[in-house]
Amino acid sequence: MSGGGKTDGKFSKTMLALGLVFLYLPIITLIVFSFNDSRSVTVWASATTKWYGKLLEDEQILTAAWLSVRIGALSATFAAMLGTLAGLVLARFGPFRGRALLQGLTTAPLVMPEIITGLSMLLLFVSIEQLLHWLFGWQFDRGMLTIIIAHITFTMAYVTVIVQSRLAGFDDSLEEAALDLGARPAKVFFRITVPLILPAILSGWLLAFTLSWDDVVVTTFVTGPGSSTLPLVIFSRVRLGVSPVVNALATIMVVIVACGVILSAIFMRRQEQRRKREEQMAASG
Amino acid sequence: MNRTETGRHVNAIARNAAPHGTHGRLGPLWTFFFRYGPPRWSRYVLDHWTGQRLVIAVPYLWLGIFFLIPFLIVLKISFAEVDPGGRPPYKPVFDWLQLNEGVLKDGALQIRLAIHSYVYLITEPLYWSSMLFSLKVAAVSTVLALGVGYPMAYAIARSNPTARNLLLMLVILPFWTSFLLRVYAWVGLLKADGVINNVLLAIGVIHEPLTMMKTDFALYIGIVYSYLPFMILPLYSNLEKHDNTLIEAASDLGAGPIRAFMRVTLPLSMPGIVAGSLLVFIPAVGEYVIPELLGRSDQLMIATQLYHEFFSDRDWPNASAVAIAMLLLLVVPIMIFQHFQNRELQAARK
Repeated sequence: MSGGGKTDGKFSKTMLALGLVFLYLPIITLIVFSFNDSRSVTVWASATTKWYGKLLEDEQILTAAWLSVRIGALSATFAAMLGTLAGLVLARFGPFRGRALLQGLTTAPLVMPEIITGLSMLLLFVSIEQLLHWLFGWQFDRGMLTIIIAHITFTMAYVTVIVQSRLAGFDDSLEEAALDLGARPAKVFFRITVPLILPAILSGWLLAFTLSWDDVVVTTFVTGPGSSTLPLVIFSRVRLGVSPVVNALATIMVVIVACGVILSAIFMRRQEQRRKREEQMAASG
Repeated sequence: MNRTETGRHVNAIARNAAPHGTHGRLGPLWTFFFRYGPPRWSRYVLDHWTGQRLVIAVPYLWLGIFFLIPFLIVLKISFAEVDPGGRPPYKPVFDWLQLNEGVLKDGALQIRLAIHSYVYLITEPLYWSSMLFSLKVAAVSTVLALGVGYPMAYAIARSNPTARNLLLMLVILPFWTSFLLRVYAWVGLLKADGVINNVLLAIGVIHEPLTMMKTDFALYIGIVYSYLPFMILPLYSNLEKHDNTLIEAASDLGAGPIRAFMRVTLPLSMPGIVAGSLLVFIPAVGEYVIPELLGRSDQLMIATQLYHEFFSDRDWPNASAVAIAMLLLLVVPIMIFQHFQNRELQAARK
């Protein structure tokens, strides 16, 4: 777009600049004060890296981070699989009975307040515990497993939406051609559909991992004794006040995310360029 | 392969495959078996029919068990009576009546519905005030986010393609970093001895530190900050599709830039505005972490109320009733959101 007058162009550009400052100022101060040689994270003394050393000695944070990595990886993987299936069903299976309900069930977790999801999942787990105790006399504690199940449930919705809209962007002529040539549906799915939507599945996986890695509220409800994930530890600490060790941790996380996003942007750009080149070759050849 | 065709095919197979002499009582049973059972004899059916059902069943079952049923349980427990010493701390709603003292006999199913959680919810002004406060906070934050996000999305949509990708990445990047840590960052900025106060004191704009932490101001900042990307992205994807010739036509016909914007761009971007606003409004109503870290402690939002009810007072039935009330409050916005979401997906298909 380039229409409109000069004035509103200027206005929106100024707002964009201010908005970006608004988005990045907190992150930048967070990073700057992780190198501050003072317990106060707001008054600058001198530069140091001692908080990073303290972070590496902090058993509680390291244990929690390792737990969060495992939970994030497992739940994102399952969420990617289930979400891909749900997206495929919604985008490709036509109008089957109960489609509207499935569509509703997959988009509802996107906007459902976490506190309701958390409460309802916990009450489900408590009911299952009661049932298992009554049936078989089994006892089990909530912990990693219940957290993973809860995270799969609320993150698969994101994968579904990404995969579904990606699939909706393609027409199904390639898949139909493969079917006509005698490939079985499962083969078509793994050889044609999955490679086509792989970027969508991957970004769905990453999003699911990020949401799981970051979740406080749902985890607070469904966790059990001894299963403190990283966000729970951070939340209980920052409730008590600011802490430079948390700043150091935040800096490391921001750097990892920034590298990841930049690398994936470069990768996607390459893919896009290669696709364009191939299209041109196909058109000219 | 469409469904009715497959269905006809299967019925034909079922008719042919049913052994002779099974009419009568077994007839419907056979039909039932061939319709729903594993039809192994036909590769065609195996590929197109069972597989399809199975693929549909997997996400359906998962969401049914872990998303739909939990709400029914919340509904059930909201009608339970509190049992302060119990584990879990509520009395069963469905119970087998035991007849005759001492003798265990299966009796009738007793259903005890206690509605006092709801009575309490309606008669206690605390809930009304936190409900209204949540709605107010969500509405104000949505308007603020729209005010900040719309011009940003507009500027991104109007920039050249290379800059556009970079700007989009800049908007999305904070969204990938920890939400909790970004809210925490504001604590350091807004505190009485925080960065903003220190800077303002140093340049002499103020002489005493401003109280910004634990105020509604901090709460709005936290919510707008956290949800801004959710506002910008739907707006951007709408604005990017606009046909520029419409604006040119409007200005050719003598409309000024503001008038052209108000009469052409703004109405066209309505779907984006609605989607972005709902993506901010709905989660903001149920926000817990941001008010806990930045907001006032004398006026609670509804999610915080629920949290205290559940964890501090251990009143599970009441917490469940609060959750049901929140759901009722949000059901209309959620339906509108789904409607728009579906329309977007339909449009993408064409």
